[in-house]
Amino acid sequence: MVFFFQNIINALQWGSFYALIALGYSMVYSILMLFNFAHGDIFMVGAYIGFGVATGLTALSSMGMIILPNWLILVLTLLITMFLTSFVGMLVERIGYRPLRDAPRASAAITGLMIGIILETGNLAILGAKRVSFPPLITSHTYNFGGVFITNKKMIIVFVSLALMLALHQFVQRSKWGMAMRAMAFDYVAVPLMGVPINTIAAMTFGIGSALAAAAGILFGIAYPVLDPYMGVLFGWKAFVAAILGGRGSIMGATLAGFLLGFIEIFVAMIFPSTLRDLIAYSIVLLILVFRPHGFFGEAYSAKLRL
Amino acid sequence: MQTSHGQKRSLRQRVGACFATVPLLGWLIGMLAAVFLEQYIGDALAEGLGLPKIPVLFGCLIMLKYPLLIPSTLAYLVTIYVIPICLVARVLAAPANALAGALVRLPVVAPTVAHLALLYLVLYWWSDISAYRVLTLKLTMIAIMMTLSLNVINGYMGEFSCSHPGFMALGAYGASVFTLVFFARDKLFGAPWLPPELGPFLFPVGLVFGGLLAAVGALVIAVPSFRTRGDYLAIISLAFMFIVKSVIENLELVGGPRGMGSQPNLASLATVFCWMVMCVWVINNFVRSTMGKALNAVRDDEMAADAMTVNTRKTKIVAFLFAAFWAGVAGGLFAHVLRYVNPGSFSIQKLAEVLAMVYFGGLNSVVGSIVGAVSLNLLGEALRPLELFKWIIIPLLLILVMIFRPTGLIAFREFDVAKLIRPKTKKSSEV
Repeated sequence: MVFFFQNIINALQWGSFYALIALGYSMVYSILMLFNFAHGDIFMVGAYIGFGVATGLTALSSMGMIILPNWLILVLTLLITMFLTSFVGMLVERIGYRPLRDAPRASAAITGLMIGIILETGNLAILGAKRVSFPPLITSHTYNFGGVFITNKKMIIVFVSLALMLALHQFVQRSKWGMAMRAMAFDYVAVPLMGVPINTIAAMTFGIGSALAAAAGILFGIAYPVLDPYMGVLFGWKAFVAAILGGRGSIMGATLAGFLLGFIEIFVAMIFPSTLRDLIAYSIVLLILVFRPHGFFGEAYSAKLRL
Repeated sequence: MQTSHGQKRSLRQRVGACFATVPLLGWLIGMLAAVFLEQYIGDALAEGLGLPKIPVLFGCLIMLKYPLLIPSTLAYLVTIYVIPICLVARVLAAPANALAGALVRLPVVAPTVAHLALLYLVLYWWSDISAYRVLTLKLTMIAIMMTLSLNVINGYMGEFSCSHPGFMALGAYGASVFTLVFFARDKLFGAPWLPPELGPFLFPVGLVFGGLLAAVGALVIAVPSFRTRGDYLAIISLAFMFIVKSVIENLELVGGPRGMGSQPNLASLATVFCWMVMCVWVINNFVRSTMGKALNAVRDDEMAADAMTVNTRKTKIVAFLFAAFWAGVAGGLFAHVLRYVNPGSFSIQKLAEVLAMVYFGGLNSVVGSIVGAVSLNLLGEALRPLELFKWIIIPLLLILVMIFRPTGLIAFREFDVAKLIRPKTKKSSEV
């Protein structure tokens, strides 16, 4: 039983990475009906920018130019990185997606994939193939709750991601821009005629999604401090699966499906040999989609959907 | 000013007019002359021009590695390729036209086979220079098969299928197990069951076995495609790809993650060429048949197609199984060309490669697929000296193509063999 709870904590942590990344896919989809296939690599870029910012702040702090406690460095890193990475996302939208808005959807998928490859290779070319390690900003404490061990890192990761999701929810539900986004998701054709600037909204969606991915990248760097240029590939595709599983364009669904995928992976690895993890996880995904072909919260399939 | 512009244009027109009467047969004969020339004087010429050896891939590798050798490489290319091809093609235009005219009167199979035989001769002698050329050619032909079969689903049927590496893996492992069990002494399966001399004759059976295995696997995707399409089908096919890879990784019987090696050397250039031709021929006929038109109907509007008595379920299932079969055959050839397979070679990267070839070349077009596969494959080889930057240049190129021609270079065009091989007299070229 203790073992079970221990794994629930692990799954929550693992799932929060997936959920944060899946949110970016899902938001972009709800506005543009397109998937941003460079999103996994934006997660990677976010982790690297976070690495740069954190290293820089720590260096400044240790040189005595500005005295910052570690928690403040973490908060600043998170904010600055999210801000910077959102521009990467907007750039991707400007280069790879805006020119292709009226093209067949698959073409935009290809540009997304190719931008992803460019980001990976660019990173390799700039920083080299050496893996970098994220600076330890938090000294690890382990708390014991009746045999269940929880590190403070895991708590921070889960709380920060939940807080970000809540903030996103509030933004989308309460703010004027959020309302514009929801309207755009509701009707892609008529809403621009009402004076909602589609380009701004699309860029903003990419920016917010990328900022969330950057947050996921930093949190990932805290939990697993070794970064490499291809870390975004597998994460990106898995989060894409989660976004679809949740029902395309559904923010709630993407969050839940992200956590679900985390749970499936952790618990499969707990019960079966870990080499079977992908096999069983994807078989479950396949089964879910065979019996619920439009995910948890997606609208039902009709032959009229835009393709 | 006006006159100089006019002169330039007339020069271009004159060059164009000069070669307008050269039929495909003439070009092929010209190429044959060029590769003959390279065979006999290539070494001497390369040495004379100060090149380390015969430029393997049209000099791209040498030019990128040693920029100082660019002039001599260009001189080599002009002497060996450009001048002989143009000269022979132009001089022999009249007899080639006569020959092509005579061939056209026969049933369409005869001239096609004649052209293909010539093409094979050209490729054979061209690749005879080095093993690297042979390997590049074989892999390019396999890429053509992969791209074409993916185009059936993604282009003609309009789904976004991500499962092709999975089909390819099934075919590769199926065919490899077949040949290893029957014709090779192997540490996984022990002594061969049949005398290895039978290998070349039964190799097609192995490939078909691999293809059928892939087709059976495709049922996993075809059946859900009745109820869903678009993104959900993309995910189902993506999940299928991951599942296939993971199953193979966990099957110790076929070597697990270490892969499987020492396949018998059965995939010669001729074998791969024959299968490639067969693939192009069958797929070209398939997409021009009633079934191919039904695919297009399902892509454009499934409900309307259903109302027009197109059996959408049958169409979808046939298309998936058919495409998967050819992907499986391509996979089998791939395994026997490299003589080693491991699950890692059928992953996301392969998927990105194949998708890029399909969308670069052009959707819904057999010629487009061939162009896409050949150009991206050769480009990948030619830019090899740039190492990392190759992976920036090729994606940039693809993004540009997608922005300016969203459906690919040569999309929505039919591949008409009869038009390609007909003689080009003055009259028909004016039409």
